[in-house]
Amino acid sequence: MRQELLELLEDNSRYAIEDLAVMIGVTPEKVEKEIKELEKEKVICGYKTLVNWDHTEKEMVTALIEVKVTPQRGEGFDKIAERIYRFREVKSVYLMSGGFDLTVIIEGKSMQEVALFVGQKLAPLEAVLSTATHFVLKKYKDHGIIFEEPKKDERMIISP
Amino acid sequence: MMENIVSNKVKNIPSSGIRRFFDIVTEMGDAISLGVGEPDFDTPWHIREEGIYSLEKGKTVYTSNAGLKELREEICMYMHRKFDLMYSPQTQTLVTVGGSEGIDLVFRSIIEPGDEVLIPEPSFVSYKPCTVLAGGRPVPIATKVENGFKLTAEELEAHITPKTKALVLSYPNNPTGAIMEREDLEKLANVLRDKDILVISDEIYAELTYGEKHVSIANIEGMYDKTVILSGFSKAYAMTGWRLGYALGPEPLIEAMTKVHQYAIMSAPTTSQYAAIAALKNGDQDVEDMRNSYDQRRRIMREGFLSMGLECFEPLGAFYVFPSIRETGLKSEEFCEKLLYDQKVAVVPGTAFGEGGEGFIRCSYAYSIEEIKTALERIEMFVKKNI
Repeated sequence: MRQELLELLEDNSRYAIEDLAVMIGVTPEKVEKEIKELEKEKVICGYKTLVNWDHTEKEMVTALIEVKVTPQRGEGFDKIAERIYRFREVKSVYLMSGGFDLTVIIEGKSMQEVALFVGQKLAPLEAVLSTATHFVLKKYKDHGIIFEEPKKDERMIISP
Repeated sequence: MMENIVSNKVKNIPSSGIRRFFDIVTEMGDAISLGVGEPDFDTPWHIREEGIYSLEKGKTVYTSNAGLKELREEICMYMHRKFDLMYSPQTQTLVTVGGSEGIDLVFRSIIEPGDEVLIPEPSFVSYKPCTVLAGGRPVPIATKVENGFKLTAEELEAHITPKTKALVLSYPNNPTGAIMEREDLEKLANVLRDKDILVISDEIYAELTYGEKHVSIANIEGMYDKTVILSGFSKAYAMTGWRLGYALGPEPLIEAMTKVHQYAIMSAPTTSQYAAIAALKNGDQDVEDMRNSYDQRRRIMREGFLSMGLECFEPLGAFYVFPSIRETGLKSEEFCEKLLYDQKVAVVPGTAFGEGGEGFIRCSYAYSIEEIKTALERIEMFVKKNI
């Protein structure tokens, strides 16, 4: 039940408890209790809405920054990762294998704002060896959802 | 003069109930529909991509009549892997233009004038006309909701005559969603084992069962040599528009069907055949994901009908529910027309699927949860007014 519930919620967190219960084949009370537990255990970490800001008036830029750092004795990468992810502008931080150490995803109002953040906040951190900033030009797909006009159902309205 | 050009045989075939209803719905314009008989998913991208790649490479010529050798081999491996059935890719496999072509081919290959074909109903709409076109006589057997719309041995036995040539078994069933489990099939096999009756097993929905895994009658002792399996890619892989299916069965029958196919069709669409190879090689997870999604919607749909006070037999296969509308006192067609005008929801009257369909409607759940819920709300308003 747990996995099926999580898969459904990951796909659409707005399903009603009653519908989830029917889809999985358990009582609504059970679903509610399970969700509470998943939240408490931090398996479910939050509920958000996927917005395509390109379709709005809001000005926004996203940048992906490759960061090379020196791991700290006794703490590895965690300490430096924390010093980075605590900034409000930072949307995601991942520890990477390969050519660099941390992927840092930043959102800002303008390229200038992002550049300022990298230059004034991120790059000067003692453990940071280098940064490479890549600006996102267009988002085609995010979190498994393709950003395009909704598709029309082209099936014949009645068929055998 | 031209009105006399059409043969009586064709003239006498009644126009399909679905067609009639389709015209009404189309006139209506903005109705929401639970009326389709095909998946709402797009064909998985890796399958489409393989089709595109075959075009890029210039694979644009006919294939051999029976279909690409590699595809036939993949089909046979798939049948073994999924349903524990062994067929020879060389002599027992024919790639067809959808499952539909298989239906037409088999009747044309076996029927002598006057031969009878047993057709349990409600069922898919093609068996009857294809039997008639091939010169045979369709003998419908009305299955019953109290038997879960399964064909029982008694019903089967009661309809067998010396002229019976074939039995159509169409499970998982469109429109009822019924399935036949192993023990149900055993009972039919006991009736059929010592008779010269071909079982035409239309297993197009075999991948879509919820709970019990599909069992083919060809798996039942003594039935392998008496069974031809018709199936295809449309439902399992969401590939309806690619028009690709296959027939598996005894060598002499497949040879005969290949002969008809060779003159009528030449070969199934080449692009589709290349795409189908990718489907069979790497599509198991896609099938699994789609099945899980249908299963969730199936539950929402059935629960919706039960909670508005209509009886709804639990469908264990395909992607249809077949609720009873007797509570409303309306006939199926009347119900569907009124529902359409009153609430702008299109569902298909059970009568479009032959005998035993009166008093039922077919609702497809190959729609998003939101669409299903909106449709259910509207149907509930309509039913409340009429109950």
